[in-house]
Amino acid sequence: MMWLDRLLAVAAKEVRQLSRDRITMGLIVGIPTIQLLLFGYAINFDVRGVSAAVLDQSQTSLSRRLVGDLGATQLLGKIRQARTDRELRELMQRGEANIAIVIAPDLERRIADGNRAALQILVDGSQPALENVAAGLAAMPLLRRAGAQPSPRVVEIQVAYNPEKRTAVQIVPALCGVILTMTMVIFTASAIVRERERGNLELLIATPVSSAELMAGKLLPYVAIGLIQTTLIITLGYFLFGVPVEGRLLDLYLGALLFIAASLSLGLLISTIAKTQFQAMQMSIVTMLPSILMSGFMFPFEGMPKAAQWIAQVLPLTHFNEIIRGIVLRGAALSDMRPEVAKLGTFLAVMLVVSTLRFRKRLD
Amino acid sequence: MSVAITARDLARRFGAKWAVAGIDLDVPRAQIYGFLGPNGSGKSTTIRMLCGLLVPTRGTVTVLGHSVPRESEVLRRKLGYMTQRFSLWDDLTVLENLEFMCRVYGLDRTARRERIADRVRRYDLEAISKQRAGTLSGGQRQRLALGAATLHEPELLLLDEPTSAVDPQSRRDFWENLFALVARGTTILVSTHYMDEAERCHRLAILDSGRVAAEGEPKQLARDIDAAVIEISDADFESVRRALARVPQVRSIAQLGNHLRVLLPRAVGDPVGLLRSALAAENAGAKVERVGASLEDVFVAMTRLRGEVAPERAA
Repeated sequence: MMWLDRLLAVAAKEVRQLSRDRITMGLIVGIPTIQLLLFGYAINFDVRGVSAAVLDQSQTSLSRRLVGDLGATQLLGKIRQARTDRELRELMQRGEANIAIVIAPDLERRIADGNRAALQILVDGSQPALENVAAGLAAMPLLRRAGAQPSPRVVEIQVAYNPEKRTAVQIVPALCGVILTMTMVIFTASAIVRERERGNLELLIATPVSSAELMAGKLLPYVAIGLIQTTLIITLGYFLFGVPVEGRLLDLYLGALLFIAASLSLGLLISTIAKTQFQAMQMSIVTMLPSILMSGFMFPFEGMPKAAQWIAQVLPLTHFNEIIRGIVLRGAALSDMRPEVAKLGTFLAVMLVVSTLRFRKRLD
Repeated sequence: MSVAITARDLARRFGAKWAVAGIDLDVPRAQIYGFLGPNGSGKSTTIRMLCGLLVPTRGTVTVLGHSVPRESEVLRRKLGYMTQRFSLWDDLTVLENLEFMCRVYGLDRTARRERIADRVRRYDLEAISKQRAGTLSGGQRQRLALGAATLHEPELLLLDEPTSAVDPQSRRDFWENLFALVARGTTILVSTHYMDEAERCHRLAILDSGRVAAEGEPKQLARDIDAAVIEISDADFESVRRALARVPQVRSIAQLGNHLRVLLPRAVGDPVGLLRSALAAENAGAKVERVGASLEDVFVAMTRLRGEVAPERAA
């Protein structure tokens, strides 16, 4: 088992070097933690406490009760009363109110009528997320109490997967893939290029160690690091944001392992092309940005143009997002997602073949 | 005489430039064979082709009976290579570097312990064994690199300018270590641009622009030099230089302290007389005498260096 000993020797050396690189060690834990806190707390797609203004042209007991109900929801924060239509628009213009509600003078007759809008909701269109708030308001039971028929379609969408509409539930699993992409690709690409840059590789390839032993030995520690990061994200997600894993943990780790391998193989390919660590870093970013933007992490996959969807199909993160969402949120099993697993597997195989062909034990 | 390396018409091109333009080599076993040449003369490229790191554009190479690059994998177990730049790991200690190289060469636990203990003793690494390689001095690094390159007891050592970043005392010690290895049967091929090191080699190839300009034992090379070496002293060098500028046969002039060393083609019948009359015409009185050639003279005569561009002379 000489090959195994050589492989383990390379892996042990890599771990030893890593353990002496304090900044990189810090990043292994720091990147997931910081990203999770940033996305989990700061970037918040659920909107609460939106400033609002009301122009009550009806001034009846029903309209006053409506305004009171609006104030009781957490969607709206402070509600200002406007006396005229012009005052209302000025409030919006100055940004003091992002949502304005106009109650028609003949509120009760319109509600009874059922054909004309009794409430008009004005939304500050420069902030797209607010449209959701408006939709939420329209679906409020307060209108039902007043006798209106809210659109049942809107209500359904709101409660489909994430009844509390908390971003963290979507963010935690998606972030798992994004963080693994960032660290795995960059770490492997630069770990190999660094040896080339410092001249270590010239010495190594003049020894009996084979390309496969060298590559596997260098990648092995990063597989472990990837699994540690996955554990960290899922644990933090559970304790900080209360996101449970609905599916089996074994499925989660198997899926993560496949994705880690796919990301490492991409890093490996980059390392066979880049001549310096700086180049490797830039190439990693080039592959990372589309992953983050097009994999369905930022924007819904369905909303993207056809061409973009095709590109997204090539990115491993797209498929991993599907897998991990399924396992964490919907309680699916890995076997339920064979197409995604197959696509990730194909990506891995292609990358490994191309990298091995490109990496020769030569300098030219 | 058994042969370690044979190369015929070995050549390598990078783009349009021929780094090595067709050289023949016969390196005998258990000797130190030197490559002497200025930067860019093809020393590193040749060494890299010999150990299979670069594929020759043309020509054949046999190293220790193996055809290169086809059989480089087998050869790698018999070969030690020291790169021009220190290429062990800066963030590992001396012992960790040695341990890793042992494992890469597939040595078992017992052999590892013995070899490492031996190299640490032989190359005086005891005091620095727990120090990280990045903190070592040039001489210490060289000793560590030599220790690491010989862990698997290779039959052939390829050393690419091993002493370029090392002080004179360490260079002397380093060469003592090389002779000790040769005494035990190792063949060593070493490239250098230091004259004193070249003089210590058993045989030598002077490389220039990717070709072998001269080959042989250093002393023989100096004897066979195709040039007359004239030393001029006790003179006003400015007028001497003016006078020599009028002599078309002069191939090079180098000042060494308070004398000038002048090379002329051997074909010139009476070089001393020729120079004396040239100096007399310029009224530059001087002592002119013919001397024996040094290796540096051979180097200057054989490489295409002209005028005062003499190769650096080591202490």
